[in-house]
Amino acid sequence: MLDFSNVTNWIDTTLHRYLSDGWALATEFVLIALMLLIAYAILALVLIYMERKVCAFFQCRIGPNRVGKWGLLQSVADMVKILLKELVHINRADHFLFRVASFVVIIGSICTFGALPFAKGLQAIDFNVGVFYLLAVSSVGVVGILLAGWSSNSKYTMIGAMRSGAQLISYEISAGLSVLAVVILAGTMQVSEIVALQTDRWFIFQGHIPACIAFLTYLIAGHAETNRGPFDLPEAESELTAGYHTEYSGIQFGFFYLAEYMNMFIIAAIGSTLFLGGWMPLHIPGWESFNHVMDLVPSFIWFFGKTFFCIFLALWVRWSFPRLRIDQLLSLEWKVLMPICLVNLVLMSLVVIF
Amino acid sequence: MESIGSLIIFYILGAIIIGSSVMAVTSKKMLRAATYLLFVLISTAGLYLLLNYHFLAAVQLSVYAGGILILFIFAILLTSARGDKTEPHDKRRIITGVVTALAGIVVTTLVTLKHQVLYNGNPTVTGDQEIPVKEIGFALMGTDKYQYLLPFEALSVLLLVCAIGSILIARKR
Repeated sequence: MLDFSNVTNWIDTTLHRYLSDGWALATEFVLIALMLLIAYAILALVLIYMERKVCAFFQCRIGPNRVGKWGLLQSVADMVKILLKELVHINRADHFLFRVASFVVIIGSICTFGALPFAKGLQAIDFNVGVFYLLAVSSVGVVGILLAGWSSNSKYTMIGAMRSGAQLISYEISAGLSVLAVVILAGTMQVSEIVALQTDRWFIFQGHIPACIAFLTYLIAGHAETNRGPFDLPEAESELTAGYHTEYSGIQFGFFYLAEYMNMFIIAAIGSTLFLGGWMPLHIPGWESFNHVMDLVPSFIWFFGKTFFCIFLALWVRWSFPRLRIDQLLSLEWKVLMPICLVNLVLMSLVVIF
Repeated sequence: MESIGSLIIFYILGAIIIGSSVMAVTSKKMLRAATYLLFVLISTAGLYLLLNYHFLAAVQLSVYAGGILILFIFAILLTSARGDKTEPHDKRRIITGVVTALAGIVVTTLVTLKHQVLYNGNPTVTGDQEIPVKEIGFALMGTDKYQYLLPFEALSVLLLVCAIGSILIARKR
Protein backbone atom coordinates (compact mmCIF):
# COMPACT_ATOMS: atom_id res chain seq x y z
CA MET A 1 0.00 0.00 0.00
CA LEU A 2 1.16 3.52 -0.72
CA ASP A 3 2.74 4.85 2.44
CA PHE A 4 2.95 8.62 2.65
CA SER A 5 5.45 8.56 5.49
CA ASN A 6 8.11 7.71 2.85
CA VAL A 7 7.34 10.96 1.05
CA THR A 8 7.25 13.04 4.21
CA ASN A 9 10.46 11.44 5.51
CA TRP A 10 12.18 12.17 2.20
CA ILE A 11 11.13 15.83 2.38
CA ASP A 12 12.32 15.92 6.00
CA THR A 13 15.78 14.50 5.23
CA THR A 14 16.36 16.69 2.17
CA LEU A 15 15.40 19.79 4.12
CA HIS A 16 17.73 18.80 6.94
CA ARG A 17 20.56 18.29 4.46
CA TYR A 18 20.40 21.86 3.18
CA LEU A 19 19.22 23.77 6.25
CA SER A 20 19.99 23.85 9.94
CA ASP A 21 17.55 22.06 12.24
CA GLY A 22 15.54 25.07 13.30
CA TRP A 23 15.09 26.46 9.80
CA ALA A 24 14.19 23.02 8.46
CA LEU A 25 11.49 22.75 11.11
CA ALA A 26 10.26 26.24 10.32
CA THR A 27 10.01 25.45 6.59
CA GLU A 28 8.16 22.25 7.39
CA PHE A 29 5.67 24.17 9.52
CA VAL A 30 5.04 26.61 6.69
CA LEU A 31 4.76 23.81 4.12
CA ILE A 32 2.28 21.87 6.24
CA ALA A 33 0.21 24.97 6.91
CA LEU A 34 0.12 25.76 3.19
CA MET A 35 -0.84 22.20 2.28
CA LEU A 36 -3.62 22.15 4.87
CA LEU A 37 -5.01 25.51 3.80
CA ILE A 38 -4.99 24.51 0.13
CA ALA A 39 -6.64 21.18 0.93
CA TYR A 40 -9.18 23.04 3.06
CA ALA A 41 -10.12 25.41 0.26
CA ILE A 42 -10.23 22.77 -2.47
CA LEU A 43 -12.31 20.36 -0.39
CA ALA A 44 -14.74 23.15 0.40
CA LEU A 45 -15.16 23.88 -3.33
CA VAL A 46 -15.75 20.17 -4.02
CA LEU A 47 -18.27 19.99 -1.19
CA ILE A 48 -20.21 23.03 -2.36
CA TYR A 49 -20.41 21.57 -5.88
CA MET A 50 -21.45 18.20 -4.46
CA GLU A 51 -24.10 19.77 -2.26
CA ARG A 52 -25.66 21.64 -5.17
CA LYS A 53 -25.63 18.61 -7.46
CA VAL A 54 -27.00 16.17 -4.88
CA CYS A 55 -29.65 18.66 -3.79
CA ALA A 56 -30.64 19.12 -7.43
CA PHE A 57 -30.97 15.39 -8.01
CA PHE A 58 -33.10 15.03 -4.89
CA GLN A 59 -35.41 17.71 -6.23
CA CYS A 60 -35.47 16.24 -9.77
CA ARG A 61 -33.44 19.12 -11.24
CA ILE A 62 -30.13 19.10 -13.11
CA GLY A 63 -28.30 21.60 -10.92
CA PRO A 64 -25.35 23.72 -12.10
CA ASN A 65 -24.53 22.76 -15.70
CA ARG A 66 -23.31 25.87 -17.51
CA VAL A 67 -19.81 26.61 -16.20
CA GLY A 68 -17.47 23.92 -17.43
CA LYS A 69 -18.42 20.32 -18.15
CA TRP A 70 -21.40 19.33 -15.91
CA GLY A 71 -21.01 22.67 -14.17
CA LEU A 72 -17.77 21.51 -12.58
CA LEU A 73 -16.29 25.02 -12.46
CA GLN A 74 -19.41 26.59 -10.93
CA SER A 75 -18.05 26.70 -7.39
CA VAL A 76 -14.73 28.11 -8.64
CA ALA A 77 -16.65 30.89 -10.36
CA ASP A 78 -18.59 31.48 -7.16
CA MET A 79 -15.34 31.66 -5.22
CA VAL A 80 -13.95 34.33 -7.58
CA LYS A 81 -17.21 36.24 -7.26
CA ILE A 82 -17.16 36.14 -3.47
CA LEU A 83 -13.54 37.33 -3.41
CA LEU A 84 -14.39 40.35 -5.55
CA LYS A 85 -17.42 41.42 -3.54
CA GLU A 86 -17.49 44.58 -1.49
CA LEU A 87 -17.38 44.34 2.29
CA VAL A 88 -20.47 46.20 3.47
CA HIS A 89 -19.90 48.59 6.35
CA ILE A 90 -22.46 47.89 9.07
CA ASN A 91 -23.77 50.97 10.82
CA ARG A 92 -23.38 50.98 14.60
CA ALA A 93 -21.97 47.47 14.75
CA ASP A 94 -19.09 46.50 17.00
CA HIS A 95 -16.50 46.32 14.23
CA PHE A 96 -13.71 44.71 16.19
CA LEU A 97 -15.88 41.79 17.33
CA PHE A 98 -17.57 41.67 13.93
CA ARG A 99 -14.23 40.94 12.27
CA VAL A 100 -12.86 38.69 15.01
CA ALA A 101 -15.95 36.45 14.94
CA SER A 102 -15.41 35.13 11.42
CA PHE A 103 -11.78 34.34 12.21
CA VAL A 104 -12.65 32.50 15.43
CA VAL A 105 -15.10 30.30 13.56
CA ILE A 106 -12.69 29.40 10.79
CA ILE A 107 -9.66 28.92 13.06
CA GLY A 108 -11.57 26.42 15.18
CA SER A 109 -12.45 24.49 12.06
CA ILE A 110 -8.93 24.59 10.57
CA CYS A 111 -7.33 23.41 13.82
CA THR A 112 -9.62 20.37 13.80
CA PHE A 113 -8.88 19.76 10.14
CA GLY A 114 -5.14 19.65 10.88
CA ALA A 115 -5.33 16.62 13.15
CA LEU A 116 -7.21 14.33 10.77
CA PRO A 117 -5.44 11.24 9.39
CA PHE A 118 -5.91 11.62 5.64
CA ALA A 119 -3.99 8.53 4.56
CA LYS A 120 -1.35 6.13 5.77
CA GLY A 121 1.41 8.35 7.17
CA LEU A 122 -0.37 11.52 6.13
CA GLN A 123 -1.32 13.13 9.42
CA ALA A 124 0.03 16.52 10.36
CA ILE A 125 -0.07 16.03 14.11
CA ASP A 126 -0.76 12.92 16.14
CA PHE A 127 -1.52 13.88 19.70
CA ASN A 128 -1.64 11.41 22.54
CA VAL A 129 -5.02 12.95 23.34
CA GLY A 130 -6.07 13.05 19.67
CA VAL A 131 -9.82 12.50 19.99
CA PHE A 132 -10.09 14.84 22.95
CA TYR A 133 -8.15 17.48 21.03
CA LEU A 134 -10.57 17.21 18.11
CA LEU A 135 -13.56 17.70 20.43
CA ALA A 136 -11.89 20.54 22.33
CA VAL A 137 -10.84 22.58 19.33
CA SER A 138 -14.14 22.21 17.54
CA SER A 139 -15.94 23.61 20.58
CA VAL A 140 -14.24 26.99 20.18
CA GLY A 141 -16.22 27.81 17.04
CA VAL A 142 -19.38 28.42 19.06
CA VAL A 143 -17.81 31.55 20.55
CA GLY A 144 -17.38 32.94 17.05
CA ILE A 145 -21.01 32.30 16.18
CA LEU A 146 -22.24 34.01 19.36
CA LEU A 147 -19.95 37.00 18.78
CA ALA A 148 -21.04 37.28 15.16
CA GLY A 149 -24.68 37.30 16.14
CA TRP A 150 -24.23 39.92 18.83
CA SER A 151 -21.82 42.25 17.09
CA SER A 152 -23.74 42.74 13.85
CA ASN A 153 -26.45 44.81 15.55
CA SER A 154 -29.52 43.08 14.20
CA LYS A 155 -32.37 41.14 15.77
CA TYR A 156 -32.22 38.31 13.26
CA THR A 157 -28.56 37.61 13.88
CA MET A 158 -29.09 37.81 17.63
CA ILE A 159 -31.88 35.20 17.57
CA GLY A 160 -29.81 33.04 15.24
CA ALA A 161 -26.80 33.22 17.53
CA MET A 162 -28.79 32.35 20.64
CA ARG A 163 -30.40 29.40 18.91
CA SER A 164 -27.14 28.16 17.55
CA GLY A 165 -25.39 28.52 20.90
CA ALA A 166 -28.06 26.48 22.64
CA GLN A 167 -28.05 23.89 19.87
CA LEU A 168 -24.28 23.47 19.60
CA ILE A 169 -23.71 23.24 23.34
CA SER A 170 -26.40 20.60 23.76
CA TYR A 171 -25.44 18.47 20.80
CA GLU A 172 -21.77 18.55 21.70
CA ILE A 173 -22.69 16.37 24.68
CA SER A 174 -24.17 13.61 22.53
CA ALA A 175 -21.33 13.77 20.02
CA GLY A 176 -18.78 13.58 22.84
CA LEU A 177 -20.53 10.68 24.52
CA SER A 178 -20.79 8.63 21.33
CA VAL A 179 -17.11 9.30 20.61
CA LEU A 180 -16.35 8.16 24.16
CA ALA A 181 -17.97 4.81 23.36
CA VAL A 182 -15.32 4.28 20.69
CA VAL A 183 -12.58 5.40 23.06
CA ILE A 184 -13.75 2.75 25.55
CA LEU A 185 -13.66 0.12 22.82
CA ALA A 186 -10.22 1.18 21.59
CA GLY A 187 -8.67 1.88 24.98
CA THR A 188 -6.73 4.81 23.53
CA MET A 189 -7.36 8.36 22.37
CA GLN A 190 -4.51 8.54 19.86
CA VAL A 191 -5.98 8.75 16.37
CA SER A 192 -3.22 6.73 14.69
CA GLU A 193 -3.61 3.91 17.20
CA ILE A 194 -7.38 3.91 16.80
CA VAL A 195 -6.92 3.45 13.07
CA ALA A 196 -4.27 0.75 13.58
CA LEU A 197 -6.59 -1.19 15.89
CA GLN A 198 -9.12 -1.48 13.07
CA THR A 199 -6.81 -3.51 10.83
CA ASP A 200 -8.85 -6.69 11.15
CA ARG A 201 -12.33 -5.32 11.43
CA TRP A 202 -13.66 -1.79 11.64
CA PHE A 203 -14.96 -0.68 15.00
CA ILE A 204 -18.55 -0.63 13.80
CA PHE A 205 -18.25 -4.42 13.30
CA GLN A 206 -16.00 -5.01 16.32
CA GLY A 207 -18.28 -3.24 18.76
CA HIS A 208 -21.48 -5.16 17.94
CA ILE A 209 -24.71 -3.27 18.68
CA PRO A 210 -23.33 -0.46 20.90
CA ALA A 211 -20.96 0.65 18.15
CA CYS A 212 -23.83 0.84 15.68
CA ILE A 213 -25.91 2.86 18.15
CA ALA A 214 -22.95 5.14 18.81
CA PHE A 215 -22.44 5.63 15.06
CA LEU A 216 -26.09 6.59 14.59
CA THR A 217 -26.14 9.00 17.54
CA TYR A 218 -22.83 10.46 16.39
CA LEU A 219 -24.21 11.08 12.91
CA ILE A 220 -27.33 12.77 14.29
CA ALA A 221 -25.41 14.89 16.81
CA GLY A 222 -22.70 15.75 14.30
CA HIS A 223 -25.32 16.75 11.82
CA ALA A 224 -26.86 19.09 14.37
CA GLU A 225 -23.45 20.48 15.24
CA THR A 226 -22.86 21.58 11.68
CA ASN A 227 -26.11 23.60 11.70
CA ARG A 228 -27.47 21.73 8.72
CA GLY A 229 -30.30 19.61 7.57
CA PRO A 230 -33.39 19.40 9.73
CA PHE A 231 -31.35 21.19 12.40
CA ASP A 232 -30.56 24.41 10.51
CA LEU A 233 -32.56 26.61 12.88
CA PRO A 234 -29.72 29.07 13.51
CA GLU A 235 -29.92 30.14 9.88
CA ALA A 236 -33.50 29.25 9.10
CA GLU A 237 -33.82 31.32 5.95
CA SER A 238 -37.60 31.56 6.01
CA GLU A 239 -37.72 33.22 9.43
CA LEU A 240 -34.26 34.67 10.13
CA THR A 241 -33.03 35.53 6.58
CA ALA A 242 -29.63 33.95 7.19
CA GLY A 243 -29.35 33.68 10.97
CA TYR A 244 -26.13 34.73 12.63
CA HIS A 245 -24.31 35.68 9.43
CA THR A 246 -27.06 37.80 7.89
CA GLU A 247 -25.02 41.01 8.01
CA TYR A 248 -21.79 39.57 6.67
CA SER A 249 -20.75 40.15 3.09
CA GLY A 250 -17.94 39.25 0.71
CA ILE A 251 -15.08 37.20 2.04
CA GLN A 252 -16.22 37.54 5.65
CA PHE A 253 -19.38 35.71 4.72
CA GLY A 254 -17.16 33.36 2.75
CA PHE A 255 -15.37 32.40 5.96
CA PHE A 256 -18.62 31.32 7.59
CA TYR A 257 -19.67 29.51 4.45
CA LEU A 258 -16.32 27.70 4.21
CA ALA A 259 -16.35 26.80 7.88
CA GLU A 260 -19.87 25.43 7.63
CA TYR A 261 -19.04 23.13 4.74
CA MET A 262 -15.71 22.07 6.17
CA ASN A 263 -17.31 21.31 9.52
CA MET A 264 -19.54 18.90 7.66
CA PHE A 265 -16.42 17.31 6.15
CA ILE A 266 -14.66 17.20 9.53
CA ILE A 267 -17.62 15.58 11.28
CA ALA A 268 -17.85 12.99 8.50
CA ALA A 269 -14.08 12.42 8.61
CA ILE A 270 -14.03 11.90 12.38
CA GLY A 271 -17.00 9.56 12.06
CA SER A 272 -15.31 7.52 9.35
CA THR A 273 -12.03 7.44 11.28
CA LEU A 274 -13.57 6.30 14.53
CA PHE A 275 -16.23 3.92 13.26
CA LEU A 276 -15.38 2.95 9.69
CA GLY A 277 -11.63 2.47 10.02
CA GLY A 278 -10.30 5.75 8.61
CA TRP A 279 -7.82 5.00 5.83
CA MET A 280 -7.79 1.31 6.76
CA PRO A 281 -9.02 -0.92 3.89
CA LEU A 282 -11.91 -3.33 4.39
CA HIS A 283 -10.39 -6.49 5.85
CA ILE A 284 -12.27 -9.68 6.62
CA PRO A 285 -10.33 -12.07 8.88
CA GLY A 286 -9.58 -15.32 7.06
CA TRP A 287 -10.13 -14.03 3.51
CA GLU A 288 -6.45 -13.56 2.66
CA SER A 289 -6.73 -12.91 -1.09
CA PHE A 290 -9.67 -10.55 -0.61
CA ASN A 291 -7.65 -8.58 1.93
CA HIS A 292 -4.71 -8.33 -0.48
CA VAL A 293 -6.95 -7.01 -3.25
CA MET A 294 -8.35 -4.43 -0.82
CA ASP A 295 -4.82 -3.41 0.15
CA LEU A 296 -4.10 -2.48 -3.46
CA VAL A 297 -6.52 0.44 -3.25
CA PRO A 298 -4.57 3.49 -1.99
CA SER A 299 -5.33 4.51 1.58
CA PHE A 300 -6.39 8.06 0.79
CA ILE A 301 -9.08 6.70 -1.54
CA TRP A 302 -10.43 4.64 1.34
CA PHE A 303 -10.45 7.66 3.63
CA PHE A 304 -12.11 10.01 1.19
CA GLY A 305 -14.52 7.31 0.02
CA LYS A 306 -15.78 6.67 3.52
CA THR A 307 -15.87 10.37 4.37
CA PHE A 308 -17.84 11.24 1.25
CA PHE A 309 -20.19 8.37 2.03
CA CYS A 310 -20.90 9.95 5.42
CA ILE A 311 -21.27 13.36 3.76
CA PHE A 312 -23.74 11.87 1.31
CA LEU A 313 -25.75 10.55 4.26
CA ALA A 314 -25.79 14.08 5.70
CA LEU A 315 -26.96 15.56 2.40
CA TRP A 316 -29.59 12.85 2.05
CA VAL A 317 -31.01 13.69 5.47
CA ARG A 318 -30.82 17.41 4.81
CA TRP A 319 -32.89 17.33 1.65
CA SER A 320 -35.39 14.74 2.90
CA PHE A 321 -36.62 15.99 6.25
CA PRO A 322 -38.45 19.19 7.25
CA ARG A 323 -36.90 21.56 9.77
CA LEU A 324 -37.50 21.01 13.49
CA ARG A 325 -38.81 23.63 15.89
CA ILE A 326 -36.37 24.90 18.51
CA ASP A 327 -38.16 23.22 21.44
CA GLN A 328 -38.39 19.93 19.52
CA LEU A 329 -34.72 20.23 18.71
CA LEU A 330 -33.67 20.71 22.32
CA SER A 331 -35.98 18.04 23.69
CA LEU A 332 -34.69 15.60 21.06
CA GLU A 333 -31.20 16.11 22.44
CA TRP A 334 -31.86 16.22 26.18
CA LYS A 335 -34.71 13.72 26.42
CA VAL A 336 -33.84 11.22 23.69
CA LEU A 337 -30.29 11.33 22.38
CA MET A 338 -28.40 11.92 25.60
CA PRO A 339 -30.10 9.13 27.62
CA ILE A 340 -29.50 6.75 24.70
CA CYS A 341 -25.84 7.75 24.62
CA LEU A 342 -25.43 7.27 28.37
CA VAL A 343 -27.04 3.80 28.29
CA ASN A 344 -24.94 3.02 25.25
CA LEU A 345 -21.77 3.87 27.18
CA VAL A 346 -22.71 1.29 29.83
CA LEU A 347 -23.51 -1.25 27.11
CA MET A 348 -20.16 -0.60 25.44
CA SER A 349 -18.25 -1.12 28.69
CA LEU A 350 -20.13 -4.41 29.16
CA VAL A 351 -19.14 -5.48 25.63
CA VAL A 352 -15.52 -4.58 26.32
CA ILE A 353 -15.47 -6.45 29.65
CA PHE A 354 -17.06 -9.65 28.35
CA MET B 1 18.05 26.92 17.12
CA GLU B 2 14.98 25.03 18.16
CA SER B 3 15.16 26.41 21.67
CA ILE B 4 15.34 29.90 20.19
CA GLY B 5 12.22 29.10 18.22
CA SER B 6 10.33 27.98 21.30
CA LEU B 7 11.61 31.06 23.16
CA ILE B 8 10.20 33.28 20.44
CA ILE B 9 6.87 31.46 20.58
CA PHE B 10 6.89 31.75 24.37
CA TYR B 11 7.46 35.51 24.23
CA ILE B 12 4.73 35.96 21.62
CA LEU B 13 2.28 33.98 23.75
CA GLY B 14 3.32 35.89 26.87
CA ALA B 15 2.85 39.22 25.13
CA ILE B 16 -0.60 38.18 23.93
CA ILE B 17 -1.55 37.01 27.41
CA ILE B 18 -0.38 40.21 29.13
CA GLY B 19 -1.84 42.53 26.51
CA SER B 20 -5.19 40.78 26.35
CA SER B 21 -5.56 40.53 30.12
CA VAL B 22 -4.93 44.26 30.49
CA MET B 23 -7.44 44.91 27.70
CA ALA B 24 -9.94 42.55 29.31
CA VAL B 25 -9.84 44.57 32.52
CA THR B 26 -9.83 48.02 30.95
CA SER B 27 -12.30 47.44 28.12
CA LYS B 28 -15.50 49.46 28.33
CA LYS B 29 -17.75 46.86 26.69
CA MET B 30 -18.56 43.64 28.47
CA LEU B 31 -18.51 41.43 25.41
CA ARG B 32 -15.17 42.80 24.28
CA ALA B 33 -13.76 42.00 27.69
CA ALA B 34 -15.03 38.45 27.28
CA THR B 35 -13.36 38.21 23.87
CA TYR B 36 -10.02 39.37 25.29
CA LEU B 37 -10.45 36.77 28.01
CA LEU B 38 -10.90 34.20 25.23
CA PHE B 39 -7.53 35.24 23.78
CA VAL B 40 -5.91 34.88 27.19
CA LEU B 41 -7.35 31.39 27.68
CA ILE B 42 -6.35 30.21 24.20
CA SER B 43 -2.79 31.50 24.58
CA THR B 44 -2.57 29.76 27.95
CA ALA B 45 -3.49 26.56 26.14
CA GLY B 46 -0.67 27.42 23.75
CA LEU B 47 1.74 27.62 26.71
CA TYR B 48 0.68 24.13 27.79
CA LEU B 49 1.26 22.87 24.25
CA LEU B 50 4.71 24.42 24.36
CA LEU B 51 5.37 22.46 27.56
CA ASN B 52 4.35 19.24 25.75
CA TYR B 53 1.41 18.85 28.10
CA HIS B 54 -1.23 18.17 25.47
CA PHE B 55 -3.85 16.86 27.86
CA LEU B 56 -3.97 20.05 29.88
CA ALA B 57 -4.05 22.12 26.68
CA ALA B 58 -7.07 20.21 25.43
CA VAL B 59 -8.74 20.52 28.84
CA GLN B 60 -8.02 24.25 28.87
CA LEU B 61 -9.60 24.66 25.44
CA SER B 62 -12.67 22.54 26.03
CA VAL B 63 -13.41 23.60 29.61
CA TYR B 64 -12.45 27.27 29.61
CA ALA B 65 -12.61 28.44 26.01
CA GLY B 66 -15.38 26.11 24.91
CA GLY B 67 -17.39 25.87 28.11
CA ILE B 68 -17.04 28.59 30.71
CA LEU B 69 -16.47 31.41 28.25
CA ILE B 70 -19.58 30.45 26.29
CA LEU B 71 -21.53 30.59 29.54
CA PHE B 72 -20.06 34.06 30.19
CA ILE B 73 -21.06 35.24 26.75
CA PHE B 74 -24.52 33.75 27.11
CA ALA B 75 -24.97 35.48 30.45
CA ILE B 76 -23.81 38.80 28.98
CA LEU B 77 -26.09 38.42 25.96
CA LEU B 78 -29.09 37.63 28.15
CA THR B 79 -28.59 40.28 30.81
CA SER B 80 -27.04 43.37 29.25
CA ALA B 81 -28.72 45.63 26.72
CA ARG B 82 -26.99 46.82 23.58
CA GLY B 83 -24.87 49.90 24.19
CA ASP B 84 -24.36 49.16 27.86
CA LYS B 85 -21.02 50.43 29.04
CA THR B 86 -19.24 49.77 32.26
CA GLU B 87 -18.69 52.78 34.48
CA PRO B 88 -15.28 54.41 34.14
CA HIS B 89 -12.88 53.28 36.84
CA ASP B 90 -12.29 55.85 39.57
CA LYS B 91 -8.82 56.59 40.91
CA ARG B 92 -9.05 54.46 44.03
CA ARG B 93 -10.00 51.40 42.02
CA ILE B 94 -7.11 51.85 39.60
CA ILE B 95 -4.60 52.28 42.42
CA THR B 96 -5.82 49.24 44.34
CA GLY B 97 -5.85 47.21 41.15
CA VAL B 98 -2.28 48.14 40.25
CA VAL B 99 -1.07 47.49 43.80
CA THR B 100 -2.75 44.06 43.88
CA ALA B 101 -1.29 43.14 40.50
CA LEU B 102 2.22 44.19 41.57
CA ALA B 103 1.90 42.26 44.82
CA GLY B 104 0.79 39.22 42.87
CA ILE B 105 3.77 39.47 40.53
CA VAL B 106 6.20 39.81 43.46
CA VAL B 107 4.72 36.88 45.36
CA THR B 108 4.62 34.51 42.37
CA THR B 109 8.15 35.32 41.23
CA LEU B 110 9.49 34.90 44.77
CA VAL B 111 7.72 31.58 45.15
CA THR B 112 8.86 30.19 41.80
CA LEU B 113 12.46 31.37 42.33
CA LYS B 114 12.90 30.39 45.96
CA HIS B 115 10.87 27.23 46.20
CA GLN B 116 11.98 23.78 45.18
CA VAL B 117 9.75 22.28 42.51
CA LEU B 118 6.76 20.61 44.06
CA TYR B 119 6.35 16.85 43.83
CA ASN B 120 10.07 16.22 43.64
CA GLY B 121 9.56 12.78 45.14
CA ASN B 122 6.54 11.93 43.00
CA PRO B 123 7.39 9.03 40.69
CA THR B 124 4.55 9.81 38.25
CA VAL B 125 6.04 13.17 37.29
CA THR B 126 8.76 12.42 34.76
CA GLY B 127 10.57 15.46 33.46
CA ASP B 128 10.21 16.45 29.82
CA GLN B 129 8.19 13.51 28.65
CA GLU B 130 4.50 13.77 28.06
CA ILE B 131 2.37 11.76 30.45
CA PRO B 132 0.09 9.41 28.51
CA VAL B 133 -3.64 9.91 29.01
CA LYS B 134 -3.98 6.38 30.28
CA GLU B 135 -1.77 7.20 33.26
CA ILE B 136 -3.73 10.37 33.99
CA GLY B 137 -6.91 8.32 33.92
CA PHE B 138 -5.54 5.72 36.32
CA ALA B 139 -4.27 8.48 38.62
CA LEU B 140 -7.72 10.07 38.66
CA MET B 141 -9.49 6.81 39.37
CA GLY B 142 -7.04 5.13 41.74
CA THR B 143 -6.90 5.03 45.52
CA ASP B 144 -3.12 4.64 46.02
CA LYS B 145 -0.63 7.33 46.93
CA TYR B 146 -0.56 10.18 44.36
CA GLN B 147 -3.94 9.05 43.06
CA TYR B 148 -7.02 11.15 43.27
CA LEU B 149 -10.28 9.22 43.49
CA LEU B 150 -11.55 10.96 46.63
CA PRO B 151 -11.07 14.57 45.44
CA PHE B 152 -12.51 13.59 42.08
CA GLU B 153 -15.66 12.19 43.69
CA ALA B 154 -15.95 15.14 46.08
CA LEU B 155 -15.77 17.54 43.14
CA SER B 156 -18.41 15.63 41.22
CA VAL B 157 -20.73 15.73 44.25
CA LEU B 158 -20.13 19.49 44.46
CA LEU B 159 -21.02 19.91 40.78
CA LEU B 160 -24.15 17.81 41.27
CA VAL B 161 -25.21 20.02 44.15
CA CYS B 162 -24.72 23.11 41.97
CA ALA B 163 -26.75 21.58 39.14
CA ILE B 164 -29.64 20.60 41.42
CA GLY B 165 -29.58 23.98 43.12
CA SER B 166 -29.72 25.90 39.86
CA ILE B 167 -32.58 23.75 38.60
CA LEU B 168 -34.47 24.39 41.86
CA ILE B 169 -33.97 28.15 41.57
CA ALA B 170 -35.01 28.17 37.92
CA ARG B 171 -38.12 26.08 38.61
CA LYS B 172 -39.48 28.41 41.28
CA ARG B 173 -40.25 31.18 38.83
